[in-house]
Amino acid sequence: MKEKLLNYVLRLGDDSLILGQRLAEWCGHGPILEEDIALTNISLDLIGQATSLLNYAGELEGKGRKGDDFAFLRLEKEYVNCLLVEQVNGHFGNTVLRQFFFDVFRKNLFESLQNSSDKHLAAIAEKSLKETKYHLKHSSEWVIRLGDGTEESHLKMQESLNTLWRYTDELFYEDEVDTYLKEQISVPDLSQLKNSWKEYVDNILKQANLIIPTNNWQFQGGRVGRHSEQMGFILAELQYMQRTYPNMEW
Amino acid sequence: MVTRAQIYDWLESVQDPEVPVLSIIDLGIVREVKCLENNSWEISITPTYSGCPAMRVIEEGIKAKLSIHGLTDVHVLSVLSPAWTTDWLSDNGRKKLKEYGIAPPVNEVDKSVLFSVPTPVPCPLCDTSNTKMISQFGSTSCKAHYQCQECLEPFDYFKCLK
Repeated sequence: MKEKLLNYVLRLGDDSLILGQRLAEWCGHGPILEEDIALTNISLDLIGQATSLLNYAGELEGKGRKGDDFAFLRLEKEYVNCLLVEQVNGHFGNTVLRQFFFDVFRKNLFESLQNSSDKHLAAIAEKSLKETKYHLKHSSEWVIRLGDGTEESHLKMQESLNTLWRYTDELFYEDEVDTYLKEQISVPDLSQLKNSWKEYVDNILKQANLIIPTNNWQFQGGRVGRHSEQMGFILAELQYMQRTYPNMEW
Repeated sequence: MVTRAQIYDWLESVQDPEVPVLSIIDLGIVREVKCLENNSWEISITPTYSGCPAMRVIEEGIKAKLSIHGLTDVHVLSVLSPAWTTDWLSDNGRKKLKEYGIAPPVNEVDKSVLFSVPTPVPCPLCDTSNTKMISQFGSTSCKAHYQCQECLEPFDYFKCLK
């Protein structure tokens, strides 16, 4: 039980951590100041969620590791985030679309997870849900604005959709971890979440005049530690300080 | 013997480092003050947002303040549930915010409605409601960015979180 719960918490925590790190790359590079601030605010919320989750992982493991140890001192194959969150930022529209897919997923997930019988997870979900609703409004509006915008913004969004769509199925990847925890502590049923996710996403993409690609090849592997080539670059930057100056604090 | 009321009183002077005009009591983030045993106290606080970088400074602020009054065995606990809401901001806190130039929370926008008309927020300087939202994300997690259309002053809005 404990091992499965630990794995589950790491999946949630790593999603937040890696996407938070990705968004932080925008700091000082946003297309306009307000969006620079918006993306880094969202990043901060995600890093905050990651802190709560990874600290909880440390408690579950019971070997004295803290959230920071999980964030900075694991090997690539020990991270269990989904592949979507590690994909490159690309242009602003690409970042927004990646965020949109993630926000819809997360909002539905937290809504359900706040009813888990694991009090600690339920509390984190309750807290994070409030923040995620802001994120989802922001990303949904931008997807529509850009998809249904100028000829060029539309074209760029359609290209991003063609690239990013293949990482969306993995959000709903389930294995024995989920099956077991669904029974034990009522974590969300991801196949059910997929329906509500698809319904919301379809509606927004329709308003944005964007078409889901028909070539439906889907990647997966992140949940069991098999990552895309992007991951190494993220970790190089994320872990640099702790690897170079072990145990440093500031 | 120190009483809980006394401790609450002392915590009135621990500031939020990001909005120094507010105390942590005004902000409503002190959830519980508990005496563990002889002069050992546990203070539970809750973050406004998950990533609020002020939490650690606030923890140190609490310990520093209480140690001045001779309490050195103080544990600060961070609790997430029930999640903080702007309803817990005290009336005094709202007043102080406005005087400081930050518009206090008005009412909640339904975040599931896209492209909704932003909450009309009165300008903290000239009180007109003719203001415009610049961005729903501001200088800290808890604020949005507005501008007054009358006196043209840009200002922060302490956004409603429920």
